[in-house]
Amino acid sequence: MITRQRPAAWALALLAALTAGLVTAGPAVADDDGDAPAQPSPKVELVLDVSGSMRARDIDGKSRMAAAKQAFNEVLDATPDEVALGIRTLGANYRGDDRRTGCKDTELLYPVERLDESGRTDAKTAVATLAPTGWTPIGPTLLKAADDLTDDTAERSRRIVLISDGEDTCQPLDPCVVAREISAKGIHLTIDTLGLVPDAKTREQLSCIAEATGGTYTSVRHTDELAGRVKQLVDRAADPVVTPVEAKGADRCAAAPELKSGLYTDREKFGEHRWYRVAVPAGKELRASVSVSADRAVDPDYGVLLRAETPNGREIVRGQESGDGRTDVISTGLRHPTPEADDEDEEAASETVCLRVSNSFSAPASVKKAPGLPVELAVDLVDSPDEASDVASFGLGHGWWLLGLLVLVGFVAGLVWGWLSRWRFAVWRTN
Amino acid sequence: MATTRVLRRALPLTGAALLAFSGTASAAGDGDGKSDAPSEAGTSFRTATAIRQDQKATAEASTGDYLYWAFPVDTGQRATVHATVKLPEAAARHAASTWQVDVYDGLRRRQACRLGTPRKTVARDAASVSLSCSLRTVRAWSEQWANDPLPGTYYLRLTVTGLKADDLGLPVRAEVDVTATDAGGAQAVDGSLAEPLVPGAGSDDQRPAEVTEPEDGWSSGWWSSRWIWTGVGGVLAALAGVGGYALTRGSGRPAGVPQGR
Repeated sequence: MITRQRPAAWALALLAALTAGLVTAGPAVADDDGDAPAQPSPKVELVLDVSGSMRARDIDGKSRMAAAKQAFNEVLDATPDEVALGIRTLGANYRGDDRRTGCKDTELLYPVERLDESGRTDAKTAVATLAPTGWTPIGPTLLKAADDLTDDTAERSRRIVLISDGEDTCQPLDPCVVAREISAKGIHLTIDTLGLVPDAKTREQLSCIAEATGGTYTSVRHTDELAGRVKQLVDRAADPVVTPVEAKGADRCAAAPELKSGLYTDREKFGEHRWYRVAVPAGKELRASVSVSADRAVDPDYGVLLRAETPNGREIVRGQESGDGRTDVISTGLRHPTPEADDEDEEAASETVCLRVSNSFSAPASVKKAPGLPVELAVDLVDSPDEASDVASFGLGHGWWLLGLLVLVGFVAGLVWGWLSRWRFAVWRTN
Repeated sequence: MATTRVLRRALPLTGAALLAFSGTASAAGDGDGKSDAPSEAGTSFRTATAIRQDQKATAEASTGDYLYWAFPVDTGQRATVHATVKLPEAAARHAASTWQVDVYDGLRRRQACRLGTPRKTVARDAASVSLSCSLRTVRAWSEQWANDPLPGTYYLRLTVTGLKADDLGLPVRAEVDVTATDAGGAQAVDGSLAEPLVPGAGSDDQRPAEVTEPEDGWSSGWWSSRWIWTGVGGVLAALAGVGGYALTRGSGRPAGVPQGR
């Protein structure tokens, strides 16, 4: 039986080799010219605080403003061509004491567009004219900056780099809450913050803004640190990345959205359960991973549970994880292979699997509970694995005990065979 | 059953070999930039920077950042991740800090460390901190309810978990590398995954920009030293059988058998 299959096996291998060759030859050519236009250019907006406090001369003996200007010059020179870059200022124009006017003082200094040679020069000239002036309206500026970046609905990565040296002076609009709300709009926006020689309150506020959007916070004490970090952040925006699709989970499986293979985002409140459905064809394996981000101050112990159930509510498999302490995300995953179809009827059928995502995050009473925590759900369908029919690979043996046993059995078998043939010879002779 | 499985395992191998051939041709055109170790780290699972085994990756970051790298581990490997963080100058720091590495598999499930120091607290004036984590042996297959490590992408997350708020955002430099040893045939298990646990393995358009894959492709997983042990065992058994047979026959003809018969 085995020997009969072998020619067929070689023929199949050859066929596979040929197809693989053809398949690789095809897309390889398409990739070169197909990829570039498919990915819309990433957008970055640099937001610079030009409030009065920027006059302080405490960065390498220069004023904070001078350090920022020098850093901007370096960044504008080094910005990758594919990045659309804009500059917005806050507190640059209004010198007065009226809080309401001061809190509206934000200006788009340079529009968000791809920089050519003259664009870089224009942007530098615009930055050079800035002089430290007014208030620090971080919250309203972030809202405006988000609008600048979302004038279209294309799936692209968007990034705000906020450089400030003081806390927001326009309460009660908390910039941290503003950042979380912007992030919840599902526009793939990240806010990175940089504090110039920050005090405790500034640092707390800026790191809160960064945390709310999955960005990073840096405190800057030297000019080269500032330039280096902003360059790094702009480059990061240029890195191609898969953008997830929004999926709104339901409170029960019957009403849940049906997901295909892909990457999805959602928001889930503290202690909420969200359901999604996946149709798994026979002979396919469902792979699902979920991560829930802690985008605000949460209590130190937390967890996540991802459950795969049948529509009747029987649990198939679960993934769970718990943790404690400082974290950005908690994640887990599961696999669920379905057996190969035995006949053609089954082949068309697919099994509906309900995925339930729940979290056990909690937060102090002072923390705002809405919008929910960001959830990222990855769903993948691949072929089912070859189930193991033995503990060992192909049921093969290993080790000295195996060799010893085989030698012993072989030797005994040889002896018995020898004695048998002697006995048969003797019987034959006597007859 | 076994034959079909060999066949199914060998087919992707042939395809992978061809892919590798066409891959080397295009990689040569890309220049030397690709062979350089990455000098950046990602900030989430989605943006994790792909590194290879035995490659020293570095990253400039700020204290408090979550740094992510992704690397491939294949069947039968025991991987160890090493991370070193050069801490900010002691004058700028206010208190001791605790650093931690976590390793996650391709399904973002956290993986246990067999050995190593995945978490360490260092004094205020320490210059650097070194962390490591040795993973369990990667198996070719496991039951879906188990958390056993399977071949595929692994994520390494490096961050500070305990920090005085004043020390947030200071510049640090991180250095990571991943080494792996072969666990040998004693660890070879039956069964195999159709695709390694790589995010987006089922569809090309969701694949992250940087795909982690071993340099010579994923192993098909059918070869192990068990074939040699079992084969040699068979040969030895046959020899012992011949020896045993010869022993019963003595060195010459049996006594009493006349000449010439």
